[in-house]
Amino acid sequence: MSEQRAGIVAAGCYIPATRLPLALVQGGQAGEGSEGGPEKAVAGFDEDSITMAVAACINCLGARERSAVDGLYFASTTSPFREKQGASFIAKALDLRDDVATIDFGGTLRAGAGALLAAANAVRANPGQLILVVAADSRLAAPRSALEMNVGDAAAAFLVGAGEVMAVFEHTYCVSNEIYDVWRGQDDAYVRTWEDRFNVLHGYNENIRAVLDGFLENSGTAVSDYQRVALYGPDARSLAGAARAAGISAPVLQDSLFGRVGNSGAAFTPLLLAAALEDAREGERVLAVFYGDGAEALSLHMVSDGAVPERGLHWHLGRGRPLHAYDSYLQSRHLDAREHDRRAGEGVPATVHYRERDADISFLAQRCTQCGTVHFPACRVCYGCYTKDSFESERLSDLGGRVMSFTLDYFFPSPEPPLVAGVCEVDNGARVYLQMAEADADELRCDLPVEFVFRKIHDAGKRPNYFWKSRPLRQLSDTGASA
Amino acid sequence: MSGGIRDRVSIVGVGCSQFGENWHQGPEDMIVEAAFEAYEDAGIGEPQKQIDAVVCGAVYPSRGTAEVAESLKLFDRPVSLVQNYCATGTDAFRYGVSLVAAGMHDTVLVVGFDKPKDRGVSGPSIHMNTARGLPMTPAGWFSLCCARYFETFGAGREDLAKIAVKNHHNGTLAPKSMLKREISVDDVMRARMISWPFTLYDCAAQSDGAAAAVITRTDLAHNYRDDAVKVKGVSIALSPNPQTDPTFDFLAWKPTLAAARDVYAQAGVSEPAKQVHVAQVHDCFTMTELLTYEDLGFVEKGSAKEHIAAGTFALDGELPVNTDGGLKTFGHPTGATGVRMIYENVLQLQGRAGERQVKGATTALSHNLGGTPQTCGIAILGMD
Repeated sequence: MSEQRAGIVAAGCYIPATRLPLALVQGGQAGEGSEGGPEKAVAGFDEDSITMAVAACINCLGARERSAVDGLYFASTTSPFREKQGASFIAKALDLRDDVATIDFGGTLRAGAGALLAAANAVRANPGQLILVVAADSRLAAPRSALEMNVGDAAAAFLVGAGEVMAVFEHTYCVSNEIYDVWRGQDDAYVRTWEDRFNVLHGYNENIRAVLDGFLENSGTAVSDYQRVALYGPDARSLAGAARAAGISAPVLQDSLFGRVGNSGAAFTPLLLAAALEDAREGERVLAVFYGDGAEALSLHMVSDGAVPERGLHWHLGRGRPLHAYDSYLQSRHLDAREHDRRAGEGVPATVHYRERDADISFLAQRCTQCGTVHFPACRVCYGCYTKDSFESERLSDLGGRVMSFTLDYFFPSPEPPLVAGVCEVDNGARVYLQMAEADADELRCDLPVEFVFRKIHDAGKRPNYFWKSRPLRQLSDTGASA
Repeated sequence: MSGGIRDRVSIVGVGCSQFGENWHQGPEDMIVEAAFEAYEDAGIGEPQKQIDAVVCGAVYPSRGTAEVAESLKLFDRPVSLVQNYCATGTDAFRYGVSLVAAGMHDTVLVVGFDKPKDRGVSGPSIHMNTARGLPMTPAGWFSLCCARYFETFGAGREDLAKIAVKNHHNGTLAPKSMLKREISVDDVMRARMISWPFTLYDCAAQSDGAAAAVITRTDLAHNYRDDAVKVKGVSIALSPNPQTDPTFDFLAWKPTLAAARDVYAQAGVSEPAKQVHVAQVHDCFTMTELLTYEDLGFVEKGSAKEHIAAGTFALDGELPVNTDGGLKTFGHPTGATGVRMIYENVLQLQGRAGERQVKGATTALSHNLGGTPQTCGIAILGMD
C-alpha cells in the first residue's frame, strides 16, 4: 500500500523593499555607517501581512492559471483582524475562485508548519487539489527595544499539490510546549518576552533539541541525510548555537537573513524554506524546523531541481530602500504619538466595500465584447460604443502599464508625503488612477513602465482599507536577479 | 447641438458681494448684498412684483432653496437650486436664461453663492470614505495634466507662475476681490508645494461670496436700462472622468472643447481669438487657465507659453483674460464664481470696469471648469 503523495509545486517569497538600518534603532543618524550595515526589512506604511501575503502568492503562482487553486491557507500572528478572515481577503485579491477553501492559521510563530501540513493532508485526501499556503508576519517590537533589532517583516508562499511537484513531503514531527517566552495578549501592540536567557534555555533550545531528536528517531534518518536545513531562530546568536548543538553548519544551514530581513515570525522558516527550494537539486532532502509554543519539523525530498521564481530571494534582497530616519519608521507604523490619528473617521462603508471588491480587491477591469474598449472600474454602459451590459472581465494585477501623467500631492494626508499619484494605462488599454508605491520623485516621467501591487491605502474606520498601487518597473532590471 | 438662445435674453442688472473670508457674514448677508446691488443696477424697486422666478447656484447650501428665498423674502414663485461642480454658477445662469427664452417667465433672478469658510478648514475637505480614487484633492486632479503637457510642449513652472502674477496684478484693481497684493514669479516658485507642480500661489483660495444677475426678455430690456447686455450663447458639457476615460490624452480638457463647440455655434463665433474681446476663465489652478487658452481656441495647442511671455492675456494685451484677477484673487465660492464672472463681463461690456477696463470690448466670454475636471460651462455676452 502506497500512501498518497503530496508535495510542493512552486514556492515564492516577498520581502518589503523598505529597510531599517539597525544603527538607526540604536539612536544613530543616517550616514553614520547605517548604509550597508546590518538592517532589517520593514513593511512600508502601505503594507501589512495581507498585502505581503498577496505579493508572495503572486510570486509563487507566476503565470499559473488562478482558477486552478482550490484552497488558500494563511498563516500569520499579525492578521489585521481579530474577527474576520485574512485568507478570504488574500483569495479575493488574487482573484481566486469563489469556492476556494480558505483557512487562517494563527496564534503561534509555527503557524506556517500547521498550514503546510494541513495542505499536505488535504492533498493526500484529494490528490486533485491545489492548495496555496502563505505565511506572512509583520510584528511590532517596542520602539528602541533590544527585540526591535531582531524582528523583521516578510512572507513566503507554497503551492501544495500531488502532480508536477518539485519536492515531496516525507516526515513530520512536533512537540508542544506551554511557556510564556514570546507572546502578545489581546491588547498588546508589541511583542512581549520574558527574560532572554530563560527563553532561550527552556523555550528555544530545549524544544529544538526535542523536535530534532524525535524527528530523526521517528523518521529513521540522520542529520547528515539532509542537504539543506531551514532552521528558526529568535536571533542570530541563538540560532547559531542550536545549529551547532545539532551538528548542522553551513552550507547545509540556510542563511538566517539576520542583518538583512530579521526574524519574520510566522514567515521565518517558510522564507528560509522557499530560499532552500530555489537552490535544491533533484534527490536532495530538505529539513524545515519551526518554533513557537513547541516546535515542528518537516522534511521534503526533491524529486526535481528547484526553481528560482522570476522574483526570488536575491531579487528581493537586492532592492532595499533604506530609511534615513528612525522617525519615519515610527510614523509609518502609527507609533508616533505626535501624529494625527487618521484611523478615526468614517472609513469605507461595508456596503461600498462589498459592491466594489471586484475592482478594489481583485483589480478587475472589463472589456466590451462589442468594441473592445476596456474600462476600470466596471460600468454598465460602454465608453466606446454605448452598448449596455456587454462585457467580460479582465484582471489587471498581472499586467504591466505605463504612466500617462502624474502628480506629487503634498496636501493629501500621508505618512510619507508627498503622495505620488497618476493615471496609468494598463497594457490592455484600461486607464487606472492609482497611487504609486516606492517611487522616487526624480525618476518620475510620463510613459514610465509600472507594475501593480496590492497595498493598504489607509486605516480610516479603524480597519485596513486596501487597493492597488502602481510601482516603477525599473526595480526588476536594477538588481542582480539570478533568474 | 443646442438650438441656441442668441439675443433672446438680456442681462439688465448685476451685483456682487465682497469676496473673502467673510467670518462676519452669513450666506444671507452676501446674498442680500449681491441681489440688492443687481436690483438697483436694473432699477428694480419692487422685486416682490418684478422678479418672476429665482434660480440659485450653490454647492454647500445648508438650507437649499430657502437659503435664498428666506434671505430675499421672495416667496410664492419658482425658486430652484442648480448644482454642477465648479460650473454651478454658469449652469444656474443657463437655467435662468432657458426659462426666459422658453417663455416660462419674463424676469428671472440668478443668484450664485457659497460659504465654504464655515467648515473650519483652509483647503478642501478630505474624506476617507473610499479606497479607490485617492488622493482626492482638486489640486491633485488638475495637476495631473501638467507632467504630460510639460514633456510634450516644453512648458514649465515659470510659465504657470506668470499667470498667477498677472491675475494678482488684475486683482489689485478689482474692488471686490479678496487678495489685493502684487506677487512675483519668484514668490510663486518659492512657495510651499501643494501638488506638484502647483505651489500655494498656483492655487485659488477658498472664499465666501455671492453674485447675482437679473435677466429678462430682450424685448422688455429697455424697461430696465438702455445698455442691456445680450446673451449670445450659454452651454454646459459633461465629459468622461479623466481618471477613467480610455482615450484621454492629458493635453486638452474634453469638457471645454465640447462646450466651446456648442456655445460658439450658438453665438456665431468662428474665430474666437478675434471675435472674443475679453474673457474670464476658470483659474482654480494656473494650469487650468493655461490649458483653457488653448482649449477655447484663443491660441494654438502647445503655444500658450509664448503667448504668456508676450503678454497676450494681460490687461493691455490682445485678449485680456481674468481682468478682475479671477479665482486667484477672488477665491472660489463655488456657486458664486460663474455669476461673478458674468458680473465682470457685464461691467466690461458697459464700460464700467474702472482701472481694469478693456477698451472697445463688445463680446465677452466666461468659462467654468469643474469636477476632476468633467464639466464645463461657458457663457458669451455681447453688445451690438
